[in-house]
Amino acid sequence: MYGRGLRPLSLATAAAWTLALGLVFFYAPLEAEQGFLQKIFYVHVPLAIVSLCGFVLGGVLAIQYLRTRDARWDLRSYVAIHMSLIFGVGALITGSIWAKGSWGHWWVWSEPTLVSFLIVFLLYATYQPLRFSIEDPERQSRYAAVFAIVAGAFVPLNFAAVRMSTAYLHPRVLGDTSNLPAPMALTFAVSLLAMALLWATLCKYEMTAKHARMQLKALRRRRSGELQGAGRFGF
Amino acid sequence: MPALPLHEAGKYVAGAYVVVFALVLIYVTIMAVRLSRIERDLGELLEQAERPSESEAPAEDLARPGAMV
Repeated sequence: MYGRGLRPLSLATAAAWTLALGLVFFYAPLEAEQGFLQKIFYVHVPLAIVSLCGFVLGGVLAIQYLRTRDARWDLRSYVAIHMSLIFGVGALITGSIWAKGSWGHWWVWSEPTLVSFLIVFLLYATYQPLRFSIEDPERQSRYAAVFAIVAGAFVPLNFAAVRMSTAYLHPRVLGDTSNLPAPMALTFAVSLLAMALLWATLCKYEMTAKHARMQLKALRRRRSGELQGAGRFGF
Repeated sequence: MPALPLHEAGKYVAGAYVVVFALVLIYVTIMAVRLSRIERDLGELLEQAERPSESEAPAEDLARPGAMV
């Protein structure tokens, strides 16, 4: 069920990444101030954007779960948040590398964008411990959905708060892409698309694996039920 | 701040891209391990399904000529 379309999606992701890397290293011009170091922008910013969008999407899928009580929406919400956490780790590490090259420090606590992203990341880092500390599956899904919705609403609020803050040390991306030269804007758009496709592919990959595991468990339960039933009948 | 020379900036750029690919590689490796576990479990289940169940054994014994005597 979840595996349908995985192959074309994987191929599209591979093609988009090949194109993105080609554009980053052979087409996009060097930025005047940062030079070659600015190439990190094409991987760090898409990672952060896709991660934050994934968190919000996790909240939207959780709403759908609470509306329908269909476990598939819970699975989708869980996988979206799980994958966004992994992408968040990538965004934090690449951001630190960029900060070190650009500012000479691995981390700058006075920079609101960095700190706000860390806060969002740490908030979502509590999602899995919260979820798996509850044994009852129904309650687990319900509590996780409420968490995903509340935290998902916090992400755009946090983003808006940072935008309204006075410090503008960190490069602005959304809304300022029109200021980028056309080749840079195109490269950034393709990189963002490639990252979003990678996120979608890995989510689908994980959902397929989890669904296969659940089916296997159901089959095993049915099999053991049959054996017990047959045993009872036999005796 | 002036732009870093290519040989200096190169290691940071390479580091950032290597981190992303390493993350993806680690994730795919973990998923591959999980999938191989699913495959193994499925194989065991299939083996069990093909093997005659324990509850069927007494029934066979009963069906054997002379068993009721």
